[in-house]
Amino acid sequence: MLINHPLLGPRDAAEFTCFGDASLLLRPDPGPNGEPDQAAMDAFHDYLHLRDNPAGTHQELWYHEQGDRSWLVVTRDTINHSIIKVELARNVKARNLKTREGAG
Amino acid sequence: MDADFRLKGGLINRRKPLDFSFNGAGLSGYAGDTLASALLANGRHFVGRSFKYHRPRGILSAGVEEPNALVTIGTGAMADPNIRATVAELYDGMVARSQNHLGSLEWDLLSVNDAFSPLFGAGFYYKTFMWPAAFWEKLYEPMIRRAAGLGALSGQDDPSRYDKGYRHCDLLVIGSGPAGLMAALTAGRAGLRVILAEQDFIMGGRLNAERERIDGMPGAEWAAKACAELTAMDNVMMMPRTTIYGAYDHGVYGALERITDHLNDGEDGDGGDQPRQILWRIYSRRAVLAAGSIERPIAFGHNDRPGIMLAGSVREYANRYAVAAGRRVIVFTNNNDGWRTAHDLRSRGVEVAALIDTRSDIDLPAPAGVRVIQGSAITDTKGRTRVRSITLMSGEELACDSVAVSGGWSPTVHLTCHHRGRPKWDASIAGFIPAGEIPPGMDVIGAAAGKMATSEALQGGITAGTSAARDLGGKTVKMAMPDCEDRAFGIDPVWHIPSSRARAWVDFQNDVTTKDIRQSHLEGFRSVEHLKRYTTLGMATDQGKTANIPGLAVMAEISGKSMDEVGTTIFRPPYTPVPIGAFAGRGRGPDFMPTRIPPSHRWAEERGAVFVETGLWLRAQWYPQPGETHWRESVDREVIATRSSVGICDVSTLGKIDIKGADAGEFVNRVYANGFAKLPVGKVRYGLMLRDDGFVMDDGTTARMAENHFIMTTTTANAGGVYRHLEYCRQCLWPELDVALISATDQSAQFAVAGPNSRRLLEKIVDDGVDLSNAAFPFMACGAITICGGVEARLFRISFSGELAYELAVPARFGDALARVLMQAGEEFGVTPYGTEALNVMRIEKGHATANELNGQTSAHHLGMGRMLSPNKDFIGRIMAHRPELTRGDGIRLVGLKPVDPAKMLSAGAHFLEADAPSRASHDLGWMSSVAYSPILNSSIGLGFVKNGYERMNSTVRAVDFMRGTDIEVEITSPHFIDPEGRRLHD
Repeated sequence: MLINHPLLGPRDAAEFTCFGDASLLLRPDPGPNGEPDQAAMDAFHDYLHLRDNPAGTHQELWYHEQGDRSWLVVTRDTINHSIIKVELARNVKARNLKTREGAG
Repeated sequence: MDADFRLKGGLINRRKPLDFSFNGAGLSGYAGDTLASALLANGRHFVGRSFKYHRPRGILSAGVEEPNALVTIGTGAMADPNIRATVAELYDGMVARSQNHLGSLEWDLLSVNDAFSPLFGAGFYYKTFMWPAAFWEKLYEPMIRRAAGLGALSGQDDPSRYDKGYRHCDLLVIGSGPAGLMAALTAGRAGLRVILAEQDFIMGGRLNAERERIDGMPGAEWAAKACAELTAMDNVMMMPRTTIYGAYDHGVYGALERITDHLNDGEDGDGGDQPRQILWRIYSRRAVLAAGSIERPIAFGHNDRPGIMLAGSVREYANRYAVAAGRRVIVFTNNNDGWRTAHDLRSRGVEVAALIDTRSDIDLPAPAGVRVIQGSAITDTKGRTRVRSITLMSGEELACDSVAVSGGWSPTVHLTCHHRGRPKWDASIAGFIPAGEIPPGMDVIGAAAGKMATSEALQGGITAGTSAARDLGGKTVKMAMPDCEDRAFGIDPVWHIPSSRARAWVDFQNDVTTKDIRQSHLEGFRSVEHLKRYTTLGMATDQGKTANIPGLAVMAEISGKSMDEVGTTIFRPPYTPVPIGAFAGRGRGPDFMPTRIPPSHRWAEERGAVFVETGLWLRAQWYPQPGETHWRESVDREVIATRSSVGICDVSTLGKIDIKGADAGEFVNRVYANGFAKLPVGKVRYGLMLRDDGFVMDDGTTARMAENHFIMTTTTANAGGVYRHLEYCRQCLWPELDVALISATDQSAQFAVAGPNSRRLLEKIVDDGVDLSNAAFPFMACGAITICGGVEARLFRISFSGELAYELAVPARFGDALARVLMQAGEEFGVTPYGTEALNVMRIEKGHATANELNGQTSAHHLGMGRMLSPNKDFIGRIMAHRPELTRGDGIRLVGLKPVDPAKMLSAGAHFLEADAPSRASHDLGWMSSVAYSPILNSSIGLGFVKNGYERMNSTVRAVDFMRGTDIEVEITSPHFIDPEGRRLHD
């Protein structure tokens, strides 16, 4: 499999480690410091333990461990392994943050 | 002199005779022969025994599809089993043996299985060996494996070397028949980077086997001319002896190139400086599959006798290898192709006793002097180790010594299935053609696509090459279509001869007969997937290349379905077997993984250190002194010397991460559970790192070298994981922070200098002006200094041993020198190097946790560090660290443990139980995580986790170790066995 790294061009998938569902980017709001409330616990429970693993289009985190150590968000069809989009995770996250602020 | 069955002509080199042996008999052949063609030239058909019934078997085919002629080639460690004689290129001195028989090939004792064949039908194993279950592993399986088998491994290490490589191209052409050559020529002339891969040792594919002419010259000559042009092109790479065995994602293909298999490299496997085989990963933008087609047999009674071969192969042996399959050949066919074989044999002077066609009213020119029998079939054959005669439907018996059978040709669709493409039935050629999800970027042309005529193959090559050139930016070239002769394709699919009452084979390699398929149908295993698994049809090493289609067709007939409805199973990589050694490449033995050595490795070797593997690292475990006979003597001495004066230890393997940036402080504060915001410059702090699920991930010390510069250390084992985690935090969670990370583990050599004399030792090597006094450089101080007259270094006053101690880091290149300098400077104090074992003893004496305690299942509260979780900030793991199970007061706690009887030894992994509790998991109180012998306390000591551990302080429990069979009484103590107040640290 080849991943078209946004900075480095096509790279063999063997250089990467896959970390599954890119929803890991969406760490919930932890709320006020100290002991958390139940809502925060529940949100983190979902965040940590409930991941999608669809047959079809999926956003995944891939870490370029044997390369430049970028974390990438790879949009991939898990059925035929075609790769639809590759972005730097930091850019995706920055966009998420902006949207969240915009919405808030 | 030529062997008995050698004809004139052919593509063999008669000036290069080669000697070889088969089962000890000395034989000869020529360069250009395969083992199979050379055996046939010497009149040898009978070369093996079948898998299950141990029936005599001969050479069926002339290619990779061969199910019968599996032999062992080479001797000693180089003996290579299950080699298809039909693709083994002959070399001088080749030693080949038959396999799968008990006693000689001619008188195999296991051929008794054939007499009991009614017992060994489909599903035999499942029905017979069901009970009692315990017999399976001990009796049935070894027995079956012995009787039903292939060749045996040498039992020795494989002396061959293998390699791996990577190649890139615009267009990968798979197969060098007329279609592949034309595609390569077109793309090559257009300037594309082309790789042409051919599994055979000469290029040309079927052109080498046929007599039809292209552009007025023999096909083989035309192929050689095309290859000469391709070889001369800088942009084309020719890869003969290379099998494309798998089609992977995004244009990646797996290829196995055989470099020295055709050379005699004796018993030592010394192929000069060449590896035996190379496993290539080929990155292509486009691919052309021109893999041709494979002929299949017809199932008639006793169709497995030696001498009964595929007709196209008989033709190939005659035309390419100049070998007659027999002196009196009978051709049996259901299609026009059998007629070609009869013509070619006749024209080479081989007697053809009869041409039998299952069809009637066929109006093809008959070869001169050949009796043509239409509308009939072979129902049975005779002959023990060689076919002697055949019986026709009429009952007439015809003598022969060879039968050439053609059941039609199946496109070689294997690679088109590797992305789950499911071929579809094409009635016009009576074969499955590529369909469904064939690998993106792959064009299938020629016979592989069901285009059986030579002109279609050539045209397909031009079209595919042109389209690749157009899409990939090649030049436009005008290709002239070569002149060629086509043979009309015609087939009336007859798969088996129902009037045959004798057993008729469809899968020769797995001994599957039409009867087995009937039985499978009868017992309800009717879907192709069930049929395959129940009868093992197509599951042998040849993946049913000749067997699948006839097998499926018989099932279709029995169940009254069309081939469309029955469908086909699909193929997985590899197309043909790939040796495990090739997949391993150079990654064998010590090269399986890289070995990392710390900077003082050579120095430690000189001192006779005993080394231990910790992850990839090779670390000094202890340093034996003359006269020490047991490791404990060395380790005890190292501990006592360090605690009483000074010791040094290479701790460079600890992970080091350099963290810089305006937000570096904020970043460190967020990834550690305890507070770091107020850590002053010039200070080090212990940090506890959690995963976001609340469990402890790692720990270490982090030094603030400057306002915006931290150096974090991690445990040796977790260096990679922590670095990855920090990059995840930086890029995926907080991209807004201005912070940069770099792994600095390999950049510096770091030594622990520990013991009451450590300061005095260091004072001798630091440069003037570096003040190491307790006031100027107190416990947990850090700073950049210079030593030995200007060498830049970093000094940290931290202690893993519990003594007054420092860690001193210098650029890695100075590591070896630093070890020697420390030893020299410390001579007056009796400085002692210590290894990982003494390091471990001292950290257990001090009660420090390490990987044994931070095993990913323990929380801060378990470790007694619950109060370190900062209430004043958010940090990774904060929310979930508050889960009730991780914080409960009666949960496990890290404690120290001592045997009540000091003569007893603790063991790590032991579980704790109350004195009167039964030894069951439900009564488990926890486990011993680390143990050591303390030469200071003269006792075995341990660290472990005990439920409600603090409440149980000073009480006793049992430590039960089922693995080692021990059950001893232990006392629960503080984990800080020495200096619990920490006075030494602050001296």
